[in-house]
Parts: sequence; C-alpha cells; structure tokens
Amino acid sequence: MAQVVVEGLRKTYRVAVREPGAWGAIRGLARRRWREIEALAGVSFAIGTGELVGFIGPNGAGKSTTIKILSGILRPSGGACEVDGLVPWRDRIRHVARIGVVFGQRTQLWWDLPVIDGFDLLRDIYRVDPARYRRTRDELVGLMRLGPLLDQPVRQLSLGQRMRCEIAAAMLHEPRLLFLDEPTIGLDAPAKLAVRELVGTLNRERGVTVVLTTHDMQDIEALARRVIVIGKGVILADEPLDAFRAGVLAERRVVADFAGEAPRIAIPGVEERAREGRSLELAFDPARIAAPALIAAIAADYPLEDIRVVQPQIEEVIARFYDLHGAGEA
Amino acid sequence: MNGVALYLRYVGASVRAQMQYPRSFLVLNTAQFFGSAIEILGVAALFGVFGRIRGWSLGEVAVFYGVINAAFALADAPTRGFEVFGPEFVRTGAFDRVLLRPRTTALQVLGYELRLRFGRLLQAGIVFAVGASAVRLSFTPAQVLLLAWTLAGGVALFSGILVLQATLSFWTVDALEVANILTYGGVQAGQYPLNVYAAWFRDLLTYVIPIGCVAYFPVVALLGASDPLGAPGWLLPLTPAFGFLFLALALSVWRLGVAKYGSTGS
Ligand SMILES: Nc1ncnc2c1ncn2[C@@H]1O[C@H](COP(=O)(O)OP(=O)(O)OP(=O)(O)O)[C@@H](O)[C@H]1O
Ligand SMILES: [Mg+2]
Repeated sequence: MAQVVVEGLRKTYRVAVREPGAWGAIRGLARRRWREIEALAGVSFAIGTGELVGFIGPNGAGKSTTIKILSGILRPSGGACEVDGLVPWRDRIRHVARIGVVFGQRTQLWWDLPVIDGFDLLRDIYRVDPARYRRTRDELVGLMRLGPLLDQPVRQLSLGQRMRCEIAAAMLHEPRLLFLDEPTIGLDAPAKLAVRELVGTLNRERGVTVVLTTHDMQDIEALARRVIVIGKGVILADEPLDAFRAGVLAERRVVADFAGEAPRIAIPGVEERAREGRSLELAFDPARIAAPALIAAIAADYPLEDIRVVQPQIEEVIARFYDLHGAGEA
Repeated sequence: MNGVALYLRYVGASVRAQMQYPRSFLVLNTAQFFGSAIEILGVAALFGVFGRIRGWSLGEVAVFYGVINAAFALADAPTRGFEVFGPEFVRTGAFDRVLLRPRTTALQVLGYELRLRFGRLLQAGIVFAVGASAVRLSFTPAQVLLLAWTLAGGVALFSGILVLQATLSFWTVDALEVANILTYGGVQAGQYPLNVYAAWFRDLLTYVIPIGCVAYFPVVALLGASDPLGAPGWLLPLTPAFGFLFLALALSVWRLGVAKYGSTGS
C-alpha cells in the first residue's frame, strides 16, 4: 500500500527583487518587485511501505523543496500530497509525530547540550513511553556506536559523529518513514559507510520506509532499489535502479590487463573507452556480442593477465542522464 | 507529557546549557544590576529639583518604578526565544526544526531559553521595597493579590510585545529595532505616573500599547490614591486584564506569521 502519495505538486517561491545601490533599496521599501521561481512544476509519485527510494537530481532541482512539503514545513502552491492518510501541512502536529527527518546541512540537536540530554528531551517532546524509549535508545546507541559520544555537547562532535547522532535522534520515536536530505554531505569515507550501513539496516530489519536525497551516487548504489530523478521541478525518471542504469547506458564494460602494452582491438560492437599503459577499458553491446565470446576472442589473440566485466560508474550514468535531459543546474 | 511539564524540561536544559559558562552568568547579572541602578539615580535627581512630580511623592514614584521594572524583568527572562526569533530562527532556518516537532510553535520558541538574569529584578524589588515603606503601603491579602495580578498583567503585556516582535520578523529582518522601542521605551514611559504625560501620549499608553493598564492604573489603586486623571476607582484594579488581551491578540497574529512561513520558507 502506498505510504506517500504525491500528485501534481507545485511550488512557486516569490522572492523580492533587490535593485542595486542605496537608491534601489529605498525604492524597494516603497514598492517591492517580485520574481517567481517555479521550484516544483507538477510532481507526482507514490512510495510504498518499506521502500528505500533514492530521490536525486542536480542542484536546485527541487529535492529539498519536495521533502519540506512532505514533512509539513512548507505548503505547496498547488497539487496534493498525503502521507499515511494525513495532509502534512494541514495536520502538522499529528503528521510530524510519525515521521523522522534529517537535514544534513542543519543540526536538529541542541548545540550546547550533551547528546544524551538532547535525546531525553526528544523523548518528552514526542511523548515516548519511558521504557520503550530506553529500549529504542539503547538499540540505536549500539547500532551506531554512540556510547562514547553521549556525554559530549553536540558542538564538540565531528561532522560524522554528529550525523550518526542526528539519525539516531530522528529514530527515537520509532517513525515508520524517514526523510534523509543529504545525510552524507561532508562526511569522510568511513563515516559515509557507517551512515549507509545504518540506513540499510533500518530499512531492511525494521521495515522503515526511506526517502534519501544525495549527490553521492555511491549512496544510491549502496542503498536504493528505486530512483526518482527530478530536474527543474519535474520528474524525469522513476524506475528501479537497474532499469534506470540500463536505459541510460545500455553498454557493458570489460577491463583487461595485458602482459605488454594494451593493443588496439577491432571487434564489431566493441569500442574503446579508456586506456592506461597495459590496461584497457572496452565497451560492448551485449546484444551484438556476449561477454564470454568477447573475452574468449581477446584471450585468443593477446597475452591477457586479468580481465573483468564491470558496470559503468553510476556517476557516469547520472551525468549522461542529466546531459540527455538538459537538466543541469537551474 | 503536557505543555507545562515539557516547558519545565526545556527550562532545565536551558539552565544546564547556561551553567556551562558560570562566569558569564555572574558578570552579566552584576552588570545588569548596576546598569539599571543608574536609572533610578536619574529619577531621584529629578526630585532633588522639583520635590514632587505632578502631585506624586518620591516614594510613590518608586512604587510605580518598581512594579513596571519587576514586570519587565519577569517577562524578559522566559521570552528570549521570541526576542532573538528573527536572527536565530527565521534567518538561519532553525524554524524548520520547530515545525518538524509535534508541539505548538509558541511553546517551543518559549522553551528556547530561560535567561538567568536577576540583576534588574533584584534592583526593581529593592526600589519597590524602599518606596513601599516610605509611603507606608499596607500589605493586606487583597493588596498582595492586587500586586500579583498587576505583575501578571505586565508580564503578559511585555510577552505580547515580544511575540509581536517575533511575528514581525516573518516579514522583515529588522524587527528587532522596532520592538526595542516598544519594550524598552515602554518600560521607560511606564516608570512615571501617567499624568505627567501629554494627553495624546497617555492615550497611546492606555489604548494602543496598554502600559498604563498594567502599571499606572492598578498601582494608583495599590497606593490607595484616587486617579488625578479621573478613572473610576472600581475600574483601576481591573485594567491589568488588558495585558492578557494584548497577549492573546499577539498570539493570533503569530499564527498568521507561521502560516506565512509555510508559503515562503526560510
Ligand atoms: N525559501 C526559498 N525562497 C526562494 N527560493 C527558494 C527557496 N528555497 C529554494 N528555492 C529555490 O527553489 C529551487 C529548488 O530548490 P531546492 O532547495 O528544492 O533544490 P535541491 O534540489 O534541494 O537542490 P540542492 O541539490 O542544491 O540541495 C531553487 O531554484 C532554489 O533557488
Ligand atoms: Mg537540497
């Protein structure tokens, strides 16, 4: 059953146009001029219970705007949306009690308070039963290895430590739906891995529905089974990650290492994509030549040291897709 | 957990956070005490020149002064969140976080900080005590009740002004200056009996920003005097209710501001 239903969602921001110079500022006081920014131009999708969806798109595409509407912060200019049968901005208090939200760019915690005090405060804000709270908290602390951090004021935490605390904080009231807006921004590689593992576990083992926004395509590859791609306020694609990948870039790749310098290879349906010393990356169309046949053909003619079939990098797929749709930054 | 209990939890958290900087707590309180003590010297100096002001003795003016300053000090401590609302919540987008939590917005902003500043309150209390003993004010239960009711009305009024200030910052970032004129200016104006002012200014302080209703009129009743401006005696002790009316109006305008935020964002 669909947990999130969005239909024809529109959002137009009205921003004051500032005229240059002091005189412009004074005139602006008397008569403001407005410019409209269409951040969402009719967005529709539905997300089922237990899904983990990657919600991606270039800068300014409208991802954060969508998440803010879904989480009850903003009201749309048009269209409809329902989450678990509630209209987020109309039923704000009931709605937000049932969701968890993390904005990677902003802290949800209390800067000057020790982490554990912030957690306790959230228990009371969300009216979580004390026994249940202790259980959830201890589980999350274990899962995210927060034990040593609990007594530190939030302002002293590193970005990665803080982000783990943020995600735990968003889960203390056991929401069934989690919105994550760039949860890995600015994290180093181990911290990113920790966040991914955590989100994956919450989704797999607890059945938490997750909507994940990120510019790190490794996050998407590691976690999402489905992607929704948005550009300039419209949905450009909404399909399983594999289908998306295949649709954008059908070709497959082999990387071959040779005993000597990499040779030039002329086989129909095969193109060279990159070469570096003894190593060669070839693209092939699986409809024209099968991977075993290609490998056999190369091995028959040249001294191979190693060969492996790889997928095009997800970053390359996305870049190609944005190019095709002219979806670069608005 | 109900709203009041949650508010107390917020207060506990705020106190703990402030106690991480105990020295700053001491310095700020001392500074506030002496800062406002200088004001009362200014008032006393006026009496050196005139003897009485418009029929009021120095002791009586000290009571007016003490009541309004105590009300302001009591309102100032819990409303810090509204005072810094523009720069701290709207401009930084922190109000998003408020909206993400299943509690009313006003309660959460109120819970932002309980400012531990006792300097002004202490000083106002001392001035009040000195004035009260000079005019031999009697403290019957009815008088004490009237005093508490007057202070409550004053706290409501000043809180209302701060809520309005915060609301204004949904529209403009320069709300702080405007509201400071109202709060600090209001305290300044309310320190003196209303009948020292020109008629238009008295009306402003009675009907628009009802400082007179939470300071002047009930204090006249407290002093057992009759109003030189001619307000009927039965009305005097009722006027602090206008402080609460003002706060209620401010909170409904606040809701408009919150709705406005929903359409523009941070
Ligand atoms: N509060 C606001 N007022 C005016 N315009 C806004 C506001 N918030 C966002 N916008 C504009 O709306 C458009 C969509 O912004 P949004 O933040 O939703 O993009 P995004 O997909 O999250 O981008 P990013 O990947 O950079 O975070 C942008 O053109 C942005 O400038
Ligand atoms: Mg964004």
